[in-house]
Amino acid sequence: MWSYEKRLQFPVNIKEPNAKLAQIIISQYGGPDGEMGASMRYLSQRYAMPYRDVAGLLTDIGTEELAHLEMVATIIHQLTRNLSMEEIEKSGFDKYYVDHTLGIWPQAAGGVPFNACEFQSKGDIITDLSEDMAAEQKARSTYDNILRMIKDPDVCEPIKFLREREIVHYQRFGEALRLTADRLNEKNFYAFNPGFDRCEDCN
Amino acid sequence: MNGQEQLLNNINIVDFTMVDLALFLDTHPKDRRALDYYAHYSQIKRQLCREFSKKYYPLTMAEADCEKSWSWGEAPLPWEGGCVHVEL
Repeated sequence: MWSYEKRLQFPVNIKEPNAKLAQIIISQYGGPDGEMGASMRYLSQRYAMPYRDVAGLLTDIGTEELAHLEMVATIIHQLTRNLSMEEIEKSGFDKYYVDHTLGIWPQAAGGVPFNACEFQSKGDIITDLSEDMAAEQKARSTYDNILRMIKDPDVCEPIKFLREREIVHYQRFGEALRLTADRLNEKNFYAFNPGFDRCEDCN
Repeated sequence: MNGQEQLLNNINIVDFTMVDLALFLDTHPKDRRALDYYAHYSQIKRQLCREFSKKYYPLTMAEADCEKSWSWGEAPLPWEGGCVHVEL
């Protein structure tokens, strides 16, 4: 169950459209390390998590990622508002425009559509939490790459906010991995899946 | 910044504090200082949201006014650019 608040987590007010930039930033909407994959990853992984506190963290970070998804969509929407046909053709936005006009659709910067294969829900808690830590770092790297290409402070500020959240989430997932690993039986040297393998010797 | 922008800005700040504290508490559930901070900001958030909804438009469906017509749909949408800039 979710409820919606009619506001963004961090304000986005972009005055100058920039279709070239929109095509780059859209990767954080539906690209390989984008917010759509992030939210679906954490919310899907919860069901195999036997520890309630860590499942709670997956819910809360997954929920925050939905707020980030809305922020990224807003950035793309505002960067492509009121574009002229000339600007659409000149910026290379024409290839997106022909299929989606100015609608928001999840794809990577290179045009590859969003795909559930961009995240895993392995049903093994150590595997999943290790993926989550890597995912936060990959998203942080992507935001770093984006920031090197932006000069407009209206776009920089929300992107900087999103980048900082990746760092915080990475810290929390690190703690969750430690909390989870600490609960494994001391004989479970190789961190076999405690959510599935019920062997007495290793769990 | 007008009154409406200022109030929404304050809600953003207080709610962000709560989001960040909640994640911290998920992995540090007994941290006394964090618990006290969360309780403090949670109360402020409720007050500010109620005040904003009464003065301007409902931020959540639960705060929608049902007297004349359904006010939820008339409220501005977050991506329209009505939200305010935080001075960093």
